[in-house]
Formats: sequence, structure tokens, C-alpha cells
Amino acid sequence: MAKPKVATTSLCGCFGCHMSLLDIDERILELVQLIDFDRSPINDIKSIEGPVDIGLIEGGCCNEENVKVLQDFRKHCKILISVGDCAINGGIPAMRNMVPLEECYEEAFLNGPTVVNPSGKVPDDEEIPLLLDQVYPCHEVVKVDYHLPGCPPSADTLWEALTALLTDRPVELSYELVKYD
Amino acid sequence: MSTTQERTVPSICESFGNERSRMMDIVLEVQDKLGCVDAETIDAIAAATDAPRVDVESVVSFYSFTSQKPKGKVVIRLSSDVPDIMAGALDVARGLEEELGIRFGETTPDGMFTLEWTSCIGMSDQAPAALVNGLVMPSLGPGTARRGVQILRERNNLEDLQGTLIREYGDGENSHDLVRAAVRNNIRRPGKVIFGRMESGAGLIKALAMSPAEVIRGIKTARLRGRGGAGFPTGMKWEFTRAAGGDDRTLICNADEGEPGTFKDRVILTERPDLLFEGMTIAGYAIGAKIGLLYLRAEYSYLREYLEHVLERRREQRLLGSRVCGKEGFEFDIRIQMGAGAYICGEETALISSCEGLRGDPKNRPPFPAQHGYLGTPTSVNNVETLCCVAPILEMGPGWFSSIGSAGSTGTKLLSISGDCMRRGVYEVPFGTTLREVFEMCGASEPAAVQVGGPSGQMVGPDDYAREICFDDLATGGSLMIFGPRRNLLEIASQFMEFFIEESCGYCTPCRVGNVLLKERLDKILAGLGEKSDLEYLQKLATTIKTTSRCGLGQTSANPVLSTIENFKMLYERLLKEPEEGRQRSFDIQTALSQAQDLTGRESVHFKQG
Repeated sequence: MAKPKVATTSLCGCFGCHMSLLDIDERILELVQLIDFDRSPINDIKSIEGPVDIGLIEGGCCNEENVKVLQDFRKHCKILISVGDCAINGGIPAMRNMVPLEECYEEAFLNGPTVVNPSGKVPDDEEIPLLLDQVYPCHEVVKVDYHLPGCPPSADTLWEALTALLTDRPVELSYELVKYD
Repeated sequence: MSTTQERTVPSICESFGNERSRMMDIVLEVQDKLGCVDAETIDAIAAATDAPRVDVESVVSFYSFTSQKPKGKVVIRLSSDVPDIMAGALDVARGLEEELGIRFGETTPDGMFTLEWTSCIGMSDQAPAALVNGLVMPSLGPGTARRGVQILRERNNLEDLQGTLIREYGDGENSHDLVRAAVRNNIRRPGKVIFGRMESGAGLIKALAMSPAEVIRGIKTARLRGRGGAGFPTGMKWEFTRAAGGDDRTLICNADEGEPGTFKDRVILTERPDLLFEGMTIAGYAIGAKIGLLYLRAEYSYLREYLEHVLERRREQRLLGSRVCGKEGFEFDIRIQMGAGAYICGEETALISSCEGLRGDPKNRPPFPAQHGYLGTPTSVNNVETLCCVAPILEMGPGWFSSIGSAGSTGTKLLSISGDCMRRGVYEVPFGTTLREVFEMCGASEPAAVQVGGPSGQMVGPDDYAREICFDDLATGGSLMIFGPRRNLLEIASQFMEFFIEESCGYCTPCRVGNVLLKERLDKILAGLGEKSDLEYLQKLATTIKTTSRCGLGQTSANPVLSTIENFKMLYERLLKEPEEGRQRSFDIQTALSQAQDLTGRESVHFKQG
């Protein structure tokens, strides 16, 4: 029987959750016994091939590309998990939700102290994804099956959740794994 | 602080004995005299009454009729109740906004007018209605509203609305010199207990010839139950209060008729004040209270002078005061305690808080008011209508009373009927009357639904029209809103949720937050963006709010959602669609991108329009 497939991506996040995944250390050898990776920064596959059993999403949606990738994940993943506070709440990037979008663009491309932009215009290059009006948590854009909180969730939390799902055990995270104060 | 303030505030405080427990009266009078209760004034009140500053401020900020910021000289409060909206309150609102050049919630730059929405003002039978300061303006249209503003602007005097806009006063005592209101009674059907008979005063005389225990026994034999909606046996409540220790006991009459769509107490207070005061006096005698409080909602302040006058007359007739009716050792008087615009104060423990000069927060039970109520005294809180049954029971006998109505629910019930029917108004019917019989009385042909008991009650449809109005079947405080076939019932449920969001005291989270989430999800469904799982979410959240809220408001606030899901599930299901590829239907990528497209001057790569 083919091994279950796992795909991961970082949307509007800092890759910290992926770093935390790597923090499972030597257990990654066990993990690759259990699964195959589809799209993931770990293997640098750039587009999802599917079908995928478990998708892990780091980060919320701040631009059109994030939405595209997230919808793609949802389409191909049986189980979709929001990993970390940015995916679940928008996190630090969502602080810009208090600032009008026009000011965000001006700060980034026109008036910021380190900006060098002789054209004096907001760039319209298609390589720069359009920003959404605000940063959205993933579950406001697509259905999400599980939420793993933490900034980032610890390696043990990720390990426990993943292995439980892969071995058909109920996901039961002990208090220590979801306690953050 | 100006010199007027310096003089006014301490003298107002002093007129209430600098008593902290009279904070409501103090704050309301200051608001009336100075137009607001600002930070400095709060300091002055705190100093005079020796209260912590925060106690004063929390009262000022809690009630909708008091404010820290100055409002306009004329405050127009338009009722946002469902029957008002159905009758065209939104058109009236637009007319007012255009005429004044401000939006609701704002004050004109000259400080003349403030526009506000307010919850039901007890005029659902003559909607849309507004309060202009204390003056009631029923049956408004956009034209009349505009003309009213013009008149006020030209003449700068509220009195001038009388005679110009208000051509005639209402029927009965609405035309009394001390009332002079355009309100109509709309008593459509007098019954045997309250509106059918004349007041004679015989009940009180009979009661005083009996012992208090005998009076209570009579009320128990008549099987009188509370008319506010909960239906607690009145005799038992009195017995508990009487049996509680201590010398002082208090009787409170709950005239904070705030349940949207209810207006029967307004008519009782206008036409049968003596019957009520007689009932209060008998109740005071039965439980052993020296003082009775009539907690009158601020919206009915136009009746205050008139009611004070009736009380004064009763004092002169020795029906109140020391030695009532010459009865040695029985002393009883009634004081009117004004409310200040808070629905929650209809809940008895919140009402007691308010009477004590506090925010209208509900209290934890136990202890129950019968043991530990107003200022710690054993207290019986009774509804206006309940107290009005007392004198007739004493006069005509418990047997007479219990022969009216049905087995578990004796006597008559006043119904406040509003909405889509020919004859809106007050109906006194025996308990056990079916909804279908009610529709015939009021001229409602084939209603699509009826809201029984206000927003906190339930919305029922044609399958339930054979059900009876009584405590064992459809229990109600008396509000019946009738909805014709063209009404959007779910939108009405959403408006009811808005009401609860506005009126939640904010103390407990399930009610403060849960109701907002309920409305959000309901509105999502109404916008056509709902899916099957939303219905499950609504049910689950509604049940949580119902079971975990602290007082009756939160425990019933989810009913608009729960009862429409139960009785009108089809309406929901028609609006639900399954999402494509697991996407959230409420997320619209075009809306989310439109600003960035404008700012960068290019189209989206991934999401082309159309």
C-alpha cells in the first residue's frame, strides 16, 4: 500500500512553524518511513500534485497568491490543518488590518525610510502579488479541519498530531503541548 | 464647573437625602437639569453621596437615558422594534435624517437635536412611534416627522408640538390634564377581571378585615400566577416574603414593561391606576411591607405626574399612609421609582439593583429576593397585571376568579397585539384562548407566523395555531406580534437578535459575545452565503448561550434563532448551499482584491474578474 501523502506550505508566515517541524530532529527519519511528501518547502516541490492525505498550512492569507495556494491545498487535501497562530488568527501580519491598505502600499513602496523608488509609483509588476484588503485567517477562506495553536506549535505537538492522524489514533494533545503562558 | 452646576448638583443630591441608594433619581434629575452628567458632575455627586466615583459613573454609563456627553436640547428616540420597522420606521428615520442633516447617533452642530434609535417604547399598537424628550409621538410618517422638526426649529419649544402636530389627545385618561398624550388606549376587548369592571375599592376593605395569612390563602386558592411570563404562583411568593426574617419588607411593582411588543401595562397605568395601587396596598398588607415601589420605565415618564396625582389623592382618601383605611398598625405608602431605559431591568434582580441606585445588573440567586431583596429586605416583585388581579380576587372571591380561564391558568390574560392585523391593541381574554381565536378577534387572516411572548418567547407557525395561551402551553407575558405572508421571518429573527445585543448588560460572556456571533451567522445565511454546517453551528451556539448565561435575558436570547429553526427550518434550508471545493462562501476574493487593484492599477493574475 502506498504511504500517506503530506503536503506543507507557508503562506503569510515566517517559516517558524516549518522550523518547528524540523525540530522533531531524528524523528524525521521515522516520519519519512510513515509518509511521502507532496508539495513542501522541505523537498522544494513547487506545486501540489495530489491527492494528498494531510495538508499543513502555516501563515494566514495576505495576498492573492496565498488564496490561490490555500484553495489549491483545500481542493487536493483530505485533511487540512491550520498550523500556528498566523494561520489560525492572522498573527503578526494581521496587525496591518488596523492600517488602511493605501498607507501600507505607500510605506512599502513610496515613503518608507529605506525605499529607493525613482518612479514614485506603486509597482504594477505581476510578479508582486496583489495584497488583500486585510489579512485573513485560513478558515475564513476555506474549510479547515484542525487547528494546531502555538507560535510556533512545538515539535512535539506537531509530531503527536501528525502521528495520531497517520495511525488512526484520536488526536489528544496533553495540556503541556497546548499551554503557552 | 460652572456656578449653576456648583449649586445644582449638591442641592439635587440633598433633595434625595444624599442617599446612595437614590442614585437613579439623582442622576436622572441632573441629566434633566444639565443635559448630561459629565466627569466633573460625577465627581460632585460622588462627593455629596459619599459614594465611590466609579459607582456613579457606572450608573451614568449603563442606562440609555443618561449620558456623559451633552445631547441635543431635543432628543428624538425612534423605536426600532419590529412592529415599528414593519410600519415604516425606516422611512421615518430617513425623513428625519434628511431634515436634520445628521445620521442616527449624532447631534446637530447647533446642539439642538439628537437622533437615536431606541428599543421598544411600548407603542407597538400605534407604530412607528418616537419619544421626543418625554413626549410620545405615535403613528408617525416621514411627513409628520419632518414637520415636527420644522416646528421645533421655528418655535424652539416642545410644547408647540401640542396643538400643531398633535391635533388631539388620545382617548380616556390620555386626555387628562396631567397626561395630555396623543397615545391611544386601543382597548379592543375588555374582560372580566381588569378592564371589564369598575374600580370599587371593596377589595382593599375586605382584605383589611382579614388577617394577612388569610389574604395570602385567598390568593393561593384563586391560583393566581405571575403575569410577567414566568408564571410563579403569587401567593407562594408572598408567603415566602412574609415568612422571611426581619421587620422591613418591600413590595415592588415591576412596571418596566420592556419586552418588545408589550404595551398592556401602559394601558393599565393610564386607565386602571387605582386598581393597581389597591392591589399593591393589599400585597403590602399581606407580606408586611411598609413601602411599595412602582418601578416605572423611563419611556412611560409621560404618565408620572398623573400617577403621582393619583397617589396623592389616595393619600388624602387615607388609602395610603399611616393607618390605611383606619386599620390600626397598617402603614403603607407607594413611591414611584423611575427607570432609565434598560430592558434588563425588567428582570427582577436587575430591577432591584436599579432601585438600589446601581447599574441594572442581575444578581446571583440564591438568595432569592423573597429572602434578601431591596436593600437586603425580603422583597416581593410582582408584575403590574398580576397586582391588578388582587383586588378583584378579594372582592369577588377566589372561586369567581378560578372559574375563569383554564385549569392550570386561572383568570384572564391581557394580550398586546401588534403587527399584521386589522385591530391592534389590548385584548383581555380568558386563559385557554387559542391563537386561532385570537386571530379572529383582531382580524388577522392567514398569518405566516406569530411571535408569542416577544423576542424572548417563540415564533410559531400555522401548525401551532390551535395551541392555547396559558402557562402550560404557550406561556407569554402578553406580547403577540403577527406576521403576514409577505414578511421575511428570518430577517425578523435577526432584528430580535440585534435587540438582545443592544440590551445585554455585558456581565457574562455567553450573552455578551454569543448573541453577536449568533446574529453574524444568521445574517450570513440571510445574505445567501450559508451552508448546512452553519445551521448546526447556530443550534450548538444557541444551546450554549441558553444553558450558560447568568440571567433570564441570556437564557432566552437565543430563542429567536432556536424557535425559527424548530418551526421554520424550511426557510433556512432554502437559503443554504453546499460550498464548492471546501471554500468558504462568505469569502469574496473580488471584494478582497478591489482596493489593491485600484492602488496598483492592474488586474489580478490568479483571479480574473467575471
